[in-house]
Amino acid sequence: MRSLPAIVSAGALAVFLVTWAMAQTADPRRSGYQEMGASLRAMQDDDSANPGMLWVGEGRALWARREGAAGKACADCHAGETAMAGVAARYPAFDAATNRPIDLGQRVNRCRVEQQKAEPLAPESRELVALSAFIARQSRGQPIAPPDDPRLRPFVESGEALWRQRQGQLNLSCAQCHDDNAGGRLAGATIPQGHPTGYPIYRLEWQAVGSLKRRLRNCLVGMRAEPYAYDSAEYAALELYLMSRARGMAMEAPGVRP
Amino acid sequence: MRVVLLLVALLLSGPVSAQTVVGDAIPQSLTGEPGDAARGRAVVANRQVGLCLLCHTGPFPEERFQGNLAPSLSGAGARWSEGQLRLRVVDAGRLNPATIMPPYYRTEGLERVARAFAGKPILSAAQVEDVVAFLMTLKE
Repeated sequence: MRSLPAIVSAGALAVFLVTWAMAQTADPRRSGYQEMGASLRAMQDDDSANPGMLWVGEGRALWARREGAAGKACADCHAGETAMAGVAARYPAFDAATNRPIDLGQRVNRCRVEQQKAEPLAPESRELVALSAFIARQSRGQPIAPPDDPRLRPFVESGEALWRQRQGQLNLSCAQCHDDNAGGRLAGATIPQGHPTGYPIYRLEWQAVGSLKRRLRNCLVGMRAEPYAYDSAEYAALELYLMSRARGMAMEAPGVRP
Repeated sequence: MRVVLLLVALLLSGPVSAQTVVGDAIPQSLTGEPGDAARGRAVVANRQVGLCLLCHTGPFPEERFQGNLAPSLSGAGARWSEGQLRLRVVDAGRLNPATIMPPYYRTEGLERVARAFAGKPILSAAQVEDVVAFLMTLKE
């Protein structure tokens, strides 16, 4: 029979090893959700309190509405609430027609023009954001899974270069805040790591749901840099880089953020 | 003693006057005049003008939500000389290229500056002097 001290020290060693092993394997990435207080997390978690669900509902109605000269609704081809499950988790994707990445909103517009014979929706328009929210909601809980497409690689790389480029009168890069100083406090706000897990998000500052591009624009304006045009290659590259950086993290759309 | 005399004599055609850097300092006032510490305090505390409290804390009991990304401004006037503070405000990147501190009095070498701010330094020469005068009062 072993002595009590031997059992205690073996137990302590086991606890230490397990803790150490967990620390080695723990994912250091944190969703902005984890930086929020309990009340905002509760607002996101409860569909009846999450304002983003209003946009999801609007998107659901638009999904079923016949549009354009073809008189087709999105739902005529993609019926049901799960037809688009996982789709938002793998956008932007490579678009062979234009030889560049295409984001979810641009993909919706592609369908509008080609299938519905309708006018494309304006970037960041209420309707496009609502449709995107309806689609992204169907990926909630799924891991972010950017396509493993070698044609995307140069765009991911240019997105990372943009992420690290100093810009604007304040001469800051995205990485300086969201990699190097994430978790620190910029005035009253905790700097998040900047993972695009919740988009489109309901942002309290906006009192509305908006896309990742709109959020990137906010940072650029804060850096006193010239924002990119909404359909620019730069935003697509940045989105693509951010999705690859967040690979495997769970989708939360529609997220709620301060 | 090693005194590096760097003449930044790029007589910048724009809105920024030339400064003479000596070692890690700009000994001479950018305006030729001493700054006003009270005005400097207002610049430092203003989140649209000085922006300082977004990253720094300091002795501003009335200001909520001060940042913690950079050293406290308390005691800055004891840690540094006036000339050292001036260079750190003008362009801290000359001392630490990786700094997150914006260059408050530089317009060259910046990328994609928004149109509204293009060609303009964050602070005017007079504002820099006011800020330096204020920081020099922070002895503890």
